[in-house]
Amino acid sequence: MSRDVAIVATAQRPMETHTLLTSVELLAPTLIGVLERAGIERSEVGFWCHGSCDYMSGQPFSFISAVDAIGAWPPIVESHVEGDGALALYEAWVKIQTGECDTAVVFANGKTTAGTIDRVMTLQLDPYTVAPLWPGATALAALQARACLDAGGAVTEAAMAEVAAASISAGLANPNVGWGVAATADELLDRPYANAPLRAHDCGLPVDGAVAVVLAAGDAARSLCERPAWIRGIDHRIDTQRLGARSLTESASTAIAARHAGVLGDRIDVAELYAPYSHQLLLLLTALGLDPERTSINPSGGALCANPQMAAGLVRFAEAADRVLAGTADRAVAHSTSGPCLQQNLVALLEGE
Amino acid sequence: MSGGTIDYQRTDDGSFTAPLVLSYPYARTVGNTLARFFTSLRDRRIEGTRGSDGRVYVPPAEFDPLTGDACTEWVVVGETGTITSWAWQGEPQPDQPLDTPFAWALIRLDGADVEMLHAVHAASPDAVTTGGRVTVRWSDAPEGGINDIVCFDLIADERQSDGEPRSASGPHSGGASHSGGASHSGGASDSDGDDVVRLRQPIEVAYEWSAGPAATAHLEGLLEGRLVGRRCTSCAQVYFPPRNGVCPRCAAPLGDEVEVGPAGTITTFCVVNVPFLGQHVKIPYVAAQIVLDGADVSMQHLIQECEAEDVRIGMRVEPVWRPRDDWGPSLENIEYFRPTGDDDVATIRATS
Repeated sequence: MSRDVAIVATAQRPMETHTLLTSVELLAPTLIGVLERAGIERSEVGFWCHGSCDYMSGQPFSFISAVDAIGAWPPIVESHVEGDGALALYEAWVKIQTGECDTAVVFANGKTTAGTIDRVMTLQLDPYTVAPLWPGATALAALQARACLDAGGAVTEAAMAEVAAASISAGLANPNVGWGVAATADELLDRPYANAPLRAHDCGLPVDGAVAVVLAAGDAARSLCERPAWIRGIDHRIDTQRLGARSLTESASTAIAARHAGVLGDRIDVAELYAPYSHQLLLLLTALGLDPERTSINPSGGALCANPQMAAGLVRFAEAADRVLAGTADRAVAHSTSGPCLQQNLVALLEGE
Repeated sequence: MSGGTIDYQRTDDGSFTAPLVLSYPYARTVGNTLARFFTSLRDRRIEGTRGSDGRVYVPPAEFDPLTGDACTEWVVVGETGTITSWAWQGEPQPDQPLDTPFAWALIRLDGADVEMLHAVHAASPDAVTTGGRVTVRWSDAPEGGINDIVCFDLIADERQSDGEPRSASGPHSGGASHSGGASHSGGASDSDGDDVVRLRQPIEVAYEWSAGPAATAHLEGLLEGRLVGRRCTSCAQVYFPPRNGVCPRCAAPLGDEVEVGPAGTITTFCVVNVPFLGQHVKIPYVAAQIVLDGADVSMQHLIQECEAEDVRIGMRVEPVWRPRDDWGPSLENIEYFRPTGDDDVATIRATS
């Protein structure tokens, strides 16, 4: 039988379009903030789990120095995931399921502006037959967008522009983002292509950020929080790494993860989905069975207006949880992705009591 | 990194930044399946493997994606194929297959069922279509790697109709006459007899490294020959260097700047006898942990001007600075530490 686990507190650092802070400097105040909000001491935390990738800021073993931000004395139980913080959250959830701890702090930093992020993202590709071509991430997403446009489904350039316009608008209202110039979908469609068929606004803006959440099980969650955001289901699925061997016009792994997380077929008040490219949000809505008329989609603005890679997925969990914690949503979907063209997908259903 | 040669900048708020280039000379063994694929490419032949569902994978699948069984049936596929999706690269980036604007494409080679990624040479995006037909342009000097295919060229006036692809007998526009191919990074491979066994894929990624504001006073001090640490606002320990402005024991912010040293005490040491790449001191030499006077945490530096066998825990040492003209924002302004000749310290209070 699984243990009930909830997100009981979240904290985000306001995103920056380019920071000179180190990863530790990004994380330290975020961690202090989330512990204050949860009302627990460092010594009460049963497990610390960190998501990041050294290639983002180019500092080898920066995940080791990030332990400085925790204060690891007396010795603590700590783990690191070379990936998005949302995957660290999944690890922490599993750790709590084992009964080894009742509370966990999950944190992530994404410092993506220190290098040429698109070039860096080639390094996640098949090193034998794909990476030697140095395609980056955006060109591959553009191939996927073309396949979707050719398929003639929900993905159209106009629908992509609507997604981008909504992201800019929501980002302007998000205190952790706050930038952007509002534009209508028609205005966006007049702009030139970047990697055609993608325009610049179809691609997540690389920014720097940090985020942390506190997980707690059962009574611990209830004692820390009036209205915990219970994780009712969580599942992670992966499509093949061979772009040619899977359908790029759907997200099969998201659909399976959604089914296992219990997302499908129920009323969902809000969904925070990690779509680094506009057409991918449309694919995710289909895979998750979400209707924008009935569900608020990415009220934070999502990753198009601010994409601190390796933190952006955990930001989606924090944003979804915030709305349950605040009582403005009863049921929320949080989603994270990694790999090229939505290769890996993590879906969770959050619920208030 | 050496003292006076750091190519650093100061930002408006005084923070230190410097260019940082990471490069790794990756040499990857390729395994049996990719060895055959790359060896065939070197012979200007494209081969794939057949999966249990009958699909032909190019590049070859090592293991069946459905059953997990090893794929053992090889199929030679055509040098022509069909574009199933594409994207335009208006501004080619370093190391990409072509240095003039080109299309990325998923290409289903004739006889294959799974698309491969490569570049398609085209004058403009208007020339590229889904369903367009392409033919391989081989490298003049194939080496055994995916870059043996320079790119694909469009086959004029040939377009796949619904159903079977047309025969691959269209005009072949590729070959050595085409210029514009960028030097490729995949490049050389290693062979064992006739077979490619190893792929050389050096990677290089450039960053702007920033020291972070917490280190500014420390680095400024080094430029002036002063050793500046910071005191934890919670446990009062003095850190030199001040790390990232956070006490790693308490997670509390570091506060006051504290000038420490310049003399200090050896807390532990080792004698280095092993040569390694990038070594710039003659072996044997002594690397020691030194806690500077006024600091609570040790740092590592070299001990010179004495025999290795004379170095001991508790020994008092002092810095020997490089010529001032060679100074930069670096601890390497100190060339090494040497014994002061003072009495040893019996009890050392450094905590790490």
